[in-house]
Amino acid sequence: MPYALKRRIWAAALIVGFFLLWEILCIAMDISDLIVPRPSQVFATLFARFPVLLPHIFHTLWTTMIGFVLGVIVGVIIGAVIGTSRTAYDTAYPLLIGFSSIPKVAVVPIFVLWFGAGAVPAVLTALAMCFFPIVVNIATGLATTEPELEDVLKSLGASKMDLLLNVGLPRTMPFFFASLKIAATFAFVGTVLAETVASNKGIGNVMMSASSNFDVPLVFAGLFILAFLGVALYVLFSVIEGRFVGWANRRDDFAST
Amino acid sequence: MQPDVAQNDAERKRPAVQLSRAGVSFGQGDAAVQALQPTDLTIDQGEFLALVGPSGCGKSTILKLASGLLRPTTGAVIVGGREVAAKALRVGMAFQNPTMLPWLTIEQNVMLPLKIVQPFRRDFARKKRGEYRDRVHALLADVGLGNFAGSFPWQLSGGMLQRANLCRALIHDPSLLLLDEPFGALDQFTREELWGTMQNLWTKRRPTVLLVTHDLKEAGFLGTRICVMSARPGRIIDDSPVTFPRPRTVEMTFQPEFVALNQRLRERIIDARSETMEGV
Repeated sequence: MPYALKRRIWAAALIVGFFLLWEILCIAMDISDLIVPRPSQVFATLFARFPVLLPHIFHTLWTTMIGFVLGVIVGVIIGAVIGTSRTAYDTAYPLLIGFSSIPKVAVVPIFVLWFGAGAVPAVLTALAMCFFPIVVNIATGLATTEPELEDVLKSLGASKMDLLLNVGLPRTMPFFFASLKIAATFAFVGTVLAETVASNKGIGNVMMSASSNFDVPLVFAGLFILAFLGVALYVLFSVIEGRFVGWANRRDDFAST
Repeated sequence: MQPDVAQNDAERKRPAVQLSRAGVSFGQGDAAVQALQPTDLTIDQGEFLALVGPSGCGKSTILKLASGLLRPTTGAVIVGGREVAAKALRVGMAFQNPTMLPWLTIEQNVMLPLKIVQPFRRDFARKKRGEYRDRVHALLADVGLGNFAGSFPWQLSGGMLQRANLCRALIHDPSLLLLDEPFGALDQFTREELWGTMQNLWTKRRPTVLLVTHDLKEAGFLGTRICVMSARPGRIIDDSPVTFPRPRTVEMTFQPEFVALNQRLRERIIDARSETMEGV
């Protein structure tokens, strides 16, 4: 059996096994569905309420995507500046680390205060959550570019911009895509966080109101949706990554993703 | 076959590279380390100058001065009639490490100088699929890489990468070609093969070449002139023309005159080493 197929079967088996174990444990230990609902109940709820959930899913999805895209833009710009200049690297890092250390839950009320409840705080929280890994990866990729690679162009009289476009950024692409996958999932966390605190739409809001109604299967259905969306985004970026930075993954056991 | 020391006078008028009392030291004050003693060196147009000496003697420092990557601490470096680093030069460089960019194919790697250097840069978007591509393919075919234009660097052997590296250094017809031990990391047979490739490229295009090497045989095979440097801080202690006819072959390197030249240069280097040892 080819290795890639074998690996896929194992991965699928692990997921199915996880849900089976969960189901069996719930029945065996007689756990109330007010505490932990069985996966079968969750999926049943998911399908029954899907038409109602769908607008919320789209709301969360587009809020996340806007926050994510803005986060990528901000992250790439800051990362490029920090990665190309030693001074900027040393000066800006403490501030950035300080900012990223702030729990984003604490920032949401401030955003709500400024912009009111709704989509804007969610977008901003997603942005705040996801830009830091991009900054770090872009900056690291640029800062660790081998000087020999740049010397070739420098001796031709290349400008700093030439170096950035022809050596620095392409060299940084594997780092960038690695960070995109992390940033995409972080952006989801940010959006849902803001939605649970202050919004009248979105999966986070659905989960909040469901839990106050003790509709626990619906809360879990929300979790499943979020997990699925996160995986979907991750896969999307993995595929794009394979297209753009295949040159960096030439080990056989890595190439087939 | 004719002796290649004969060059026409017009070409000789302006030297390609001129170091006048150019010295380099790193660090400041008492901690300063002198890498290169004030040195005078002239390389004429179309000359193939081989610079030999023990490691750490400042060979690469001279090369970096000529490329403009390094500025002299004292004195001046004139390349192509202009002070170095005053303006972008049309220089081609190849190092011991081939430094092909791993995300580009061999064709794209070799084409890179055309993307950066004027006047090629101006027409790059328009010509990269036509004229420039043909140019790259022709050069790759010259060095026996005709079938590898679409390959990625990791698919090629060390010798092949170094051939591609030479192509990249030459693609923009540089007036000055700087080679820093480009064959140093290769095995003996591949190295001798590449000497032949290099000789062909030089006889065909006649660029001015400055080759830094610690291989006396390589210097004798390729050079029109050999300069010997002493150990750090470096200075030039011998400057001799090489008049063997071309094309030179590996067999010629075993003939008495060639061996005698090697022997003489070797002794000069050893003498210079013991002098500096006594000085310390």
